[in-house]
Amino acid sequence: MAVTEDRLFGKSIKRTEDPRFITGRGKYVDDLKLPGMTYAAFVRSPHAHARIKGIDVSQAKAHPGVIAVYTGKDMTGVNSLPCGWDLRKEKGIPGVVQDLAMVPHMPLTSDVARHVGDPVAVVIAESQDAAQDGAEKVQVSWEPLASVTATDKATGSGAAKVHDAAPSNVAFKWALGDAAATDTAFKGAAVTVKKRIVNQRLVANAMEPRACVARFDDATGELTLWVTSQNPHVHRLLMCAFVLGIPEHKVRVIAPDVGGGFGSKIFLYNEEVVCSWASRLLKRPIRWTSSRREAYLTDAQGRDHITDAEVALSKEGKILALRVKTTANLGAYLSTFAPAVPTFLYGTLLNGVYDIKAIHVEVTGVFTNTTAVDAYRGAGRPEACYVLERIVDAAAAALKMDPAELRKKNFIPKFSGAFQTQVAVSYDSGDYLGAFEKLLSIFDYKKFRTEQEAARKQGRLLGVGFSTYIEACSIAPSKLVGALGAGAGLYESGKVRVHPTGGVTVYTGSHAHGQGHETTFAQLVGDELGIPMEQIEIVHGDTGQIPFGMGTYGSRSASVGGTAIKMSLDKIKEKGKRIAAHLLEASPKDIEYVKGQFQVKGVPAKAVPFGAVALTAYVPHNYPEGLEPGLEETSFYDPSNFCFPFGAHACVVEIEPETGKVKIVRYIAVDDVGNVINPMIVDGMVHGGIAQGVGQALWEGAVYDSESGQLVTSTMMDYAMPKADMLPMYETDRTVTPTPVNPLGIKGAGETGTIAATPAVVNAVVDALAGMGVDHIETMPLNAERVWKTIQAAKAGK
Amino acid sequence: MKLPVKMTINGQSVSHEVEPRLLLVHYIRETVGLTGTHVGCDTSQCGACTITMNGQAVKSCTLFAVQATGANIMTIEGLAKDGELHPIQQGFWEKHGLQCGFCTPGMIMAAVQMLERYPKPTEEIIRHQLEGNLCRCTGYHNIVKAIEWAADKMAAAK
Repeated sequence: MAVTEDRLFGKSIKRTEDPRFITGRGKYVDDLKLPGMTYAAFVRSPHAHARIKGIDVSQAKAHPGVIAVYTGKDMTGVNSLPCGWDLRKEKGIPGVVQDLAMVPHMPLTSDVARHVGDPVAVVIAESQDAAQDGAEKVQVSWEPLASVTATDKATGSGAAKVHDAAPSNVAFKWALGDAAATDTAFKGAAVTVKKRIVNQRLVANAMEPRACVARFDDATGELTLWVTSQNPHVHRLLMCAFVLGIPEHKVRVIAPDVGGGFGSKIFLYNEEVVCSWASRLLKRPIRWTSSRREAYLTDAQGRDHITDAEVALSKEGKILALRVKTTANLGAYLSTFAPAVPTFLYGTLLNGVYDIKAIHVEVTGVFTNTTAVDAYRGAGRPEACYVLERIVDAAAAALKMDPAELRKKNFIPKFSGAFQTQVAVSYDSGDYLGAFEKLLSIFDYKKFRTEQEAARKQGRLLGVGFSTYIEACSIAPSKLVGALGAGAGLYESGKVRVHPTGGVTVYTGSHAHGQGHETTFAQLVGDELGIPMEQIEIVHGDTGQIPFGMGTYGSRSASVGGTAIKMSLDKIKEKGKRIAAHLLEASPKDIEYVKGQFQVKGVPAKAVPFGAVALTAYVPHNYPEGLEPGLEETSFYDPSNFCFPFGAHACVVEIEPETGKVKIVRYIAVDDVGNVINPMIVDGMVHGGIAQGVGQALWEGAVYDSESGQLVTSTMMDYAMPKADMLPMYETDRTVTPTPVNPLGIKGAGETGTIAATPAVVNAVVDALAGMGVDHIETMPLNAERVWKTIQAAKAGK
Repeated sequence: MKLPVKMTINGQSVSHEVEPRLLLVHYIRETVGLTGTHVGCDTSQCGACTITMNGQAVKSCTLFAVQATGANIMTIEGLAKDGELHPIQQGFWEKHGLQCGFCTPGMIMAAVQMLERYPKPTEEIIRHQLEGNLCRCTGYHNIVKAIEWAADKMAAAK
């Protein structure tokens, strides 16, 4: 699709949603106050693993203001929270070596608590304080059990067993690629490099903690759930069909303004199920808002892989084969989409941007007594990119080759249409060298190496790291993801309602929690209909208003949601042409839609404006025979393939030799996300993604105490969230390679920064220390302590 | 036991009987009903609850409501005057200094006092002064730009 100057598409238009946020009038779930509101507080396990011998709720029930106390035993007829991704051989799901153990996950556990924070009871009271006080009076008789939290200890002999249904704590085993071809390639290789690469556990830390308000209307039998969700229809479907067994048409799920998600608000959680269930019993609205500490203990966490990666190369630096063995920690329960993350979102990306002829990956998912792990911004793709970009740099070091040169030697050549990888997926379009060359030119790479050499002579530790990445978004088509084990489709809905007076309301199944849909989708609609953005309203996040949609994750909103809207706009225009043709006494095939009016082709004077056609559709006095009145269309778009954004990032760091403190001197990103509707918004997403990727590389990490199983980093005081003075300004640029998959040419932009940044930063730190003989650091974050220790070990010749 | 509190919020006098343990932020949000001030943590790290109290930027989760008796408080809702945005609010809009909007009220209120102290802040000063306010969406880049934009506007208006 061409982007011309008079179009809104491609313009950095200020966000239309911002006025309410900058004046304090955003409406988040916790802002909601309903008449008769009650408040919930959960009683949670203080132990990583413990048997519940009994729960005494009598004192809590007697506490002033407490209305009800429920334990898991009260929730008869309520089922386990479902896992929406299956991995079983009998279902023909590719790569399954050992079937997924579908372990139960009850909303309130009544036999065993399996991680610190596992909820066992809920107290509902007239005030938040009374609920908290009541929760403190619930007496649980615990029998603490041995626990296991570390990824590499989960399957060891003597490890505590998390679930009876999963012997040795193995959740599943999965493999992809050609093992025999990989073995052969390794045998014939001039050089092989093997490294252990640890991708530590992260916490999403959306600034708004999760919250819900459940209101049951006894008169109509309708339940309304306001919830911090990235995908309200998915919440409704899972809760109604699988957990509570209540009629979906009597449940309305509303996700109003949501304060960030990063994956953690995709999933169905215990608390919203319990509040919905209890509201039906009490016939009063119930509000629950997570404290930050509860968020650390219960929001699904991310990453947590231990990988042994091995690459085979020719002596000229051509990558011949890649062998990867990964253990992925899934936590204590299977979160909604957990099994997909370390398998189909990870193994399938291990071809990266490189032409590698033989790849084999094996993944073992394990249970531990930790918070569940699921999709966190990037979800599987950052882990794959990190493995590849780290091993490529280690290979360059082994060959004493420039890491930029090694990359250039191995890029898949520019293509459009299809590139079949060795790991199942087929890329849509790419120009990987193009993005990398642009990066090198912005960076002035040669000059940097000269400066670095001079700095080294002065004892300064300066380094650069590259990351040339691939990303997979708008995962589809539904038929394919179903064959891979998904319990849902991955299409999107878009409904366009033209009002009689020419205003337009657009209902999208995707959800904004920072992405700016109200602006970007209005740009899209404004262009297509040739009407001002002020005439367009974008509605999302309410199952009572919008057609069934799949929501926002995997960078799919613009590419999948946007296309669904475009399809409806096309239908609107087709119908409009018939109405206009009737009014103009012309044939519909002779009518074109130009700049907000239907006109006889090439005759702008013979035209009917959009508004007049809209009014005619609703006041159909002079109207085509047999045509339905009204102007409203709904479409569901199911893409034919994934989209594959890519790009190249470079990070320059300087390390303080005495302390090991890493400072980012420069950060440059060249991303290719296909066509861009609003560059300002895309840049903003890239910035935020980079910050999260840098956060993982340098500071963040969820730490569990190996003895007690306690999450040590369970507050913002202990978990190192990046602050303003820890981060640099980012230099962003783009190449544009439209995807042939969808008519908008949009690939997706939400996760690129997070995927690319982590290896760029780590590679830079390793490069800064290369002069001391360092070619790898096994574990992140590379905080001052770890870097200092690395320097000391290098000095000691270890 | 309840204690009386009386203070001025955004120019309006408010008074209630509250529990002594009630935090100022919960008083503002739940009792007074001004929900623009947010709660993002429970350890006073995130700064989403930042307000100004007698002209000083304060995290309203660090005080009990009763400690604010007699104080003159401004929340995000009181910053725009007669429907006209404060230059800092304008700056956040112009420079895309927000995405999900949750940290934004606290960021803006922290910036109000920052620019009083440092009318011409360097990037380093802005970043240092924002240490007490966390954002997970923007990577801070455009927040810094927004405050620079506002500083320029405010300097030009003087």
